[in-house]
Amino acid sequence: MTALGPHAAFIVAAYAVAALVIVALILWVLADHRTQRRLLADLEARGITRRSERRRTEAA
Amino acid sequence: MPLIDLANPTRFLALTQRLLPGLAVATALAFAAGLYLAWFVAPDDYQQGATVKIMFVHVPAAWLGMGIWALMSLSALGTLVWRHPLADVAAKTAAPIGAALTFVCLVTGALWGRPMWGTYWVWDARLTSVLVLFLMYLGVLALWRTVEDPARAGRAAAILTLVGAVNLPIIKFSVDWWNTLHQPASVLRLDGPALHSSIMTPLLVMALAFALLFVTLHVSAMRNEIMRRRVRTLRLMQAGAA
Repeated sequence: MTALGPHAAFIVAAYAVAALVIVALILWVLADHRTQRRLLADLEARGITRRSERRRTEAA
Repeated sequence: MPLIDLANPTRFLALTQRLLPGLAVATALAFAAGLYLAWFVAPDDYQQGATVKIMFVHVPAAWLGMGIWALMSLSALGTLVWRHPLADVAAKTAAPIGAALTFVCLVTGALWGRPMWGTYWVWDARLTSVLVLFLMYLGVLALWRTVEDPARAGRAAAILTLVGAVNLPIIKFSVDWWNTLHQPASVLRLDGPALHSSIMTPLLVMALAFALLFVTLHVSAMRNEIMRRRVRTLRLMQAGAA
């Protein structure tokens, strides 16, 4: 790796901002997935399911 | 599986569940290769020195910021013309990722501009048109949050997206049409790229990594949105039965 020279702070800051935004996007998607899966599971546990799901369960 | 089967949300969920682990691994590998090339192989620029490393995140973020709006415009046509059941799901879930990457483009551009131009920001055509793109992303996101019914919100957002697509050629050609502090295109040029392969290769690998990241996040977010709509439908059914 070459030395970053007199503008090292700008280079590191640019990569840090990009990394933070990417990590935030990944965490947002994962948290949202967990939330939606939990909500769907809660509804299904109370017997509230889509007609297609009910047909599939009855056929099985 | 025929492509048309992807129009079915249930089949989309099943197919993407199998694809996602591979996409995530490919994204991680592409970033590892791209960052290695950018930090350990690519030489410093003869004028800009090591600050050229900022290009390897700035340019892919800029390409994707524009590309995602183009994808949203195609999805908008899918919503308005063909009423494809996944079109507005695709548009809605692409918007926050596009906004985030356009934000990365603006911030890294400012951080590159300060040492090279002596300023973080100028109101020139390229910078201003990209800022407009970012504001349009925020506008679409606000519209989605304002209208509760997803179908109505989807149609309104689709119209706004298609109107906003006018900004894409303005961004691309702003450096040719006006005098700007921003440099003209170096890669997507009629007479071929102006970059040496030692800089070009890391840039393309990083662009591939960003593109794979977008596909992975977008597919995941689409799956979440499909589940969110199922939750909404089930709650409406529950309320109707009560």
